[in-house]
Amino acid sequence: MIELESMAQKARELTLKHFGRTILLYVPLYLNNECDNQCVYCGFTNNKQATMLSVKQVLAEAELLYQKGFRHILLVAGEKREKITIDYLKEVVSRLHEKFESISLEIFPLSEEEYRILFEAGVDGLTIYQETYNRELYKKYHPSGPKSDYDYRLATPERAGRAGFYRINIGALLGLAPWQEELQALAKHAAYLKKKFWRSQISISFPRLKNSNAKFQPPYPVSDRELVEMILRLRVLLPTVGLVMSTRESASLRDNLIQLGITQMSAESKTSPGGYSNCQAKEQFSVADSRSVEEVMAAISQKGYEPVFKDWDRAFIGG
Amino acid sequence: MLKIADKTFESRLIIGTGKFPSNKVLAESLIVSGAEIVTVSVRRVDLNAKHEDILDAIDRTKYLLLPNTSGARSADEAVRIAKLAKAGGGGNWIKLELTPDPNYLLPDPIETLKAAEILVKAGFVVLPYINADPVLAKRLEDVGCATVMPLGSPIGSHQGLTTREAIKIIIEQANIPVIVDAGIGAPSHAAEAMEIGADAVMVNTAIAIASDPVKMAKAFKLAVEAGRTAFEVGLKSPQQKASASSPLTGFLQ
Repeated sequence: MIELESMAQKARELTLKHFGRTILLYVPLYLNNECDNQCVYCGFTNNKQATMLSVKQVLAEAELLYQKGFRHILLVAGEKREKITIDYLKEVVSRLHEKFESISLEIFPLSEEEYRILFEAGVDGLTIYQETYNRELYKKYHPSGPKSDYDYRLATPERAGRAGFYRINIGALLGLAPWQEELQALAKHAAYLKKKFWRSQISISFPRLKNSNAKFQPPYPVSDRELVEMILRLRVLLPTVGLVMSTRESASLRDNLIQLGITQMSAESKTSPGGYSNCQAKEQFSVADSRSVEEVMAAISQKGYEPVFKDWDRAFIGG
Repeated sequence: MLKIADKTFESRLIIGTGKFPSNKVLAESLIVSGAEIVTVSVRRVDLNAKHEDILDAIDRTKYLLLPNTSGARSADEAVRIAKLAKAGGGGNWIKLELTPDPNYLLPDPIETLKAAEILVKAGFVVLPYINADPVLAKRLEDVGCATVMPLGSPIGSHQGLTTREAIKIIIEQANIPVIVDAGIGAPSHAAEAMEIGADAVMVNTAIAIASDPVKMAKAFKLAVEAGRTAFEVGLKSPQQKASASSPLTGFLQ
């Protein structure tokens, strides 16, 4: 326990030096809730009531988020290529780029050329989780559909990097494989990307599956203590890498992680398409921290940090 | 008095505004520091902010706002951000920061020189952040920059003047003010920069992340004044050895 505490002290100091006393806030916007993949742990698998937002609906949702103060937005979509087309994405992105300062994608893997098109339209960041770096387990969890190709997914951050993306965010879905293995693989992957795409900000997320009443029980559950140890170890190994925490985790845990190396957080998230306009579509997972953005801001300030809504400018891309 | 372009300043401490725990602490630190120039990243400024914005902490009647282009990877991007700052009411002074590598935030000399040329021609007062490279400093002076801002060590590293010898050459050769920017982690580092003849220093992280930023701002103010005063008086070089009591050339007397 003492060892963990001294690592925490070190992690805090390293984070302060590079990122200061600030937490960047972002928000996800779900475009659909259907998917051709059969990931055994996902809420979208075999969803019978598929919903997908039109461009107009996306803009309406985005406007609500803009009014709440968000300027960094993360677009999320399940793999439904014939519906979530590049033309659709391009249209959504270029419209959002008129207002939002930073647009990231968390969708199915694209080709380098497709990333280039979307980068030029105004996307600056990519989030793509390998889910698990363990090849055999990966096959088990992703039995069919395009996602069953481990190597194509693994090379995705590089395709985005080559297309010029400013931000690349990787992660493992914690609970799918022993966390120590994932930690090592994540550290290696991030260090590799950092060297190869030296002009891109690399960051790591910590999405964690919990033992709940859901039908999928994670075979390698990660405890709070283990999650903290992962965050601390990655911070000490990679002092300049961004560390991201979503509303999957509880308010109290998130608040305590602020001082341990986390640099970015989502707030007031909804995980279904149209969720911000109170549409009742199926959600991908239930959020644990359902506080309003004002409440999250107050909690960040309480810890002695500044909540930041804007740390980029849309003028970096385009004219 | 510090003179940059057509403006003069009493204070030789410039404050960077990122990384502070709140606008309130930032505003108080600025007052105590005595600074007259304050730099802000354009990427952090939101003129349509719903919540409090970083600009709310900076009283424009008291401080010269110096927008910076941090985050820019290329000359094109930096020029675009500078123009955006000017259009948004940020004035025509620009701190040119071209730091394509997000890890050490080291400045790109090639893109910096390109952007500086363009911006000077467009009528900006340009203050470029550079590595402690004496030739680059002269090149930037030649294209019309108002100052050069060489780094002591990487941003946020708190290592002090690891580039001390190169900064001394820059100071010796410069006809424009030399402002030591980045890596200053302790008041003693700031005093050291002033003692060797820097015209000013810029500090951000060391104040912003201190457990009491306001008190630390005071410490830096005092250190900059002490170092400058010592420089003006003229410091004696340290002697390597005591002088011999029976000198070899004593017979000549």
